[in-house]
Amino acid sequence: MTSAVELHQVSRYFGAVRAVDSVDLAIEEGEFFALLGPSGSGKTTCLRLVAGFDSPSQGEIKIFDKPVHNVPPYRRNVNTVFQDYALFPHLSVGDNVAYALKIRKVDKATRQKKAEEALEMVQLGGLANRRPAQLSGGQRQRVALARALVGQPKVLLLDEPLGALDLKLREEMQEELKTLQRSLGITFIFVTHDQTEALSMADRLAIFNNGRIQQVGTPENIYHRPQDEFVARFVGSSNVLASSELAQLGIQAESASLRPEAVQLVTNGGYFAKVLAKSFLGSAIRLQLALFPGGDSQLQSTPTNMSSKISPIQLSALVDHSRAELNVGDTVRVHWPEGSLHIMRVSSSISTGEL
Amino acid sequence: MEYKNNPIHAPGLIGRLADLFWRRKWLLLLLMLLPPLLWLGVIYIGSLLALLVQSFFSIDEFSGLINYELTLKTYKELLVPANLDIIIRTVSMAAAVSLAAAIVAFPIAYYAARYARGKWKALFYLGVMLPLWSSYLVKVYAWKLILAKEGILNWLIVKLHLSWLLDALLATPVIGGNSLSVSYIGTFLVFLYVWLPFMVLPMQAALERVPINYLDASADLGANPVQTFRNVILPLAMPGVIAGSIFTFSLTLGDYIIPQIIGSSRLFIGQAVYAHQGTAGNIPLAAAFSVVPIVIMCIYLWMAKRKGAFDAL
Repeated sequence: MTSAVELHQVSRYFGAVRAVDSVDLAIEEGEFFALLGPSGSGKTTCLRLVAGFDSPSQGEIKIFDKPVHNVPPYRRNVNTVFQDYALFPHLSVGDNVAYALKIRKVDKATRQKKAEEALEMVQLGGLANRRPAQLSGGQRQRVALARALVGQPKVLLLDEPLGALDLKLREEMQEELKTLQRSLGITFIFVTHDQTEALSMADRLAIFNNGRIQQVGTPENIYHRPQDEFVARFVGSSNVLASSELAQLGIQAESASLRPEAVQLVTNGGYFAKVLAKSFLGSAIRLQLALFPGGDSQLQSTPTNMSSKISPIQLSALVDHSRAELNVGDTVRVHWPEGSLHIMRVSSSISTGEL
Repeated sequence: MEYKNNPIHAPGLIGRLADLFWRRKWLLLLLMLLPPLLWLGVIYIGSLLALLVQSFFSIDEFSGLINYELTLKTYKELLVPANLDIIIRTVSMAAAVSLAAAIVAFPIAYYAARYARGKWKALFYLGVMLPLWSSYLVKVYAWKLILAKEGILNWLIVKLHLSWLLDALLATPVIGGNSLSVSYIGTFLVFLYVWLPFMVLPMQAALERVPINYLDASADLGANPVQTFRNVILPLAMPGVIAGSIFTFSLTLGDYIIPQIIGSSRLFIGQAVYAHQGTAGNIPLAAAFSVVPIVIMCIYLWMAKRKGAFDAL
């Protein structure tokens, strides 16, 4: 399988700022790939480098095995859906969609037919004569998508395309984008800061932080086996346990991650814990727990002298509504299944494994 | 604790006025707009109507007295070859000046809108506006000296051994002449120089409003820079170009000083108006001449609108 897009040691500096820092990445043909990271982490810059709006300070980018160092954006077979859509305000919706065809000097009748087809594909048939300003945000998003797809690019770049939509519409579009990508079979590279979006849509994703890629993998892989604290905290929420806390649990490691939904309340066995806070999330209840691996005696001691001894392990847990009767201050027993505590670093050296 | 100026307490005069304006927002708007509306309505529109009415009067050729009956006779007089020449000459000059100004202004405006930042932007504004700070007459006379046969431009051309080029240019029928300062080329150059800022500024403002994203999107969809210019930049900058050309076009149509100082002695509309209302005492014909630029501007704007020049607004 050929790589659709390949980045080899790519860096982009803006003055002293390393927006993208030595990024290595290979995106396969036909893949739905997400670049996920907080704002300012370099993911959009990376996308712009692939589109050709910007050039890397160092490193090499290949699109279908061809280096694109000196190739301007208008000669690259990739199209972009912009974050703010960038629809041309002086052109009708139909002319916006047909723009790429007009540039290629396709005759007017074919152009209109293809534009209408593209609009139908994104369920906007019959709106070709409207102006972009007359459309809603969701409709504009679809026009931008149709415009980028009409020229049949081999790679579609999407820069936070759903960021400006409200939740309901966003979920709808996520479904649609995924379906569209499967039916077209082309490579989608998708930039987002929304981890749920990335996890639900992507075949694989790369986690960006400070211009660097922290981890690349499938959503399951990244969620269950985060490589470091940043990934564990950024993708989903996680209890990141430090070495001192792990020591209390009898584990020799630098850091580990435990997903809140893995923490179960049990009637016997497990560790004692005190409920510190409770919040209602709709689909579940989140409990903030103080875990006392030392057992009941540790739990009985008063909070004031507790701090001088070994401090309890703070954990958050997601439980279902059957535990709604729990109150702050209650004592519970907690347990997590074998393997759900994921070791990220075994003493200072970086490696991964499971316990 | 009580504060003396607590706004909740009974307000003074200004406070009560503020309350009134807050309750009736249209009142403040009306008060602010009334003076300029009166000015525009009575003095400006009024005098324009008076001018229009005058143009429908006629002059008695024998007595030289104005005949106050409404007639199209004066307008017919505009179509006399000598008068029609004046109109064609002026409109052609205005069109040439506007077109040239648009071409010269574009790179300047584009640079200022897209690349100039901070100090360079200030320098741009200064450079464009500076000529407007000195007297128009001084500039025109300065140009007369520059363009004269003994002037600095001619001297430079001789030094560069390019006299043959200038001579060939001046030998061109109609636009040529004895020297630049007495040819239409000279008139054109001075018009271009004097009105250029009025083209640069609206163009720059229009280009500034074109997001870089649009240019990226155009390139992304396969358009090379020339195609992007034609399909995106120019249409989006068009309202600015039109705004600028309204200035350059109408200012050239109405000017009567530049063609008098620089160029051949043939009349432009402004000079014709000046001559007819003054020494000749033919107010109706002067008025009819004045209506010409107004009509031309209306036609121009109508055509620009039909061509979609304001679609990007």
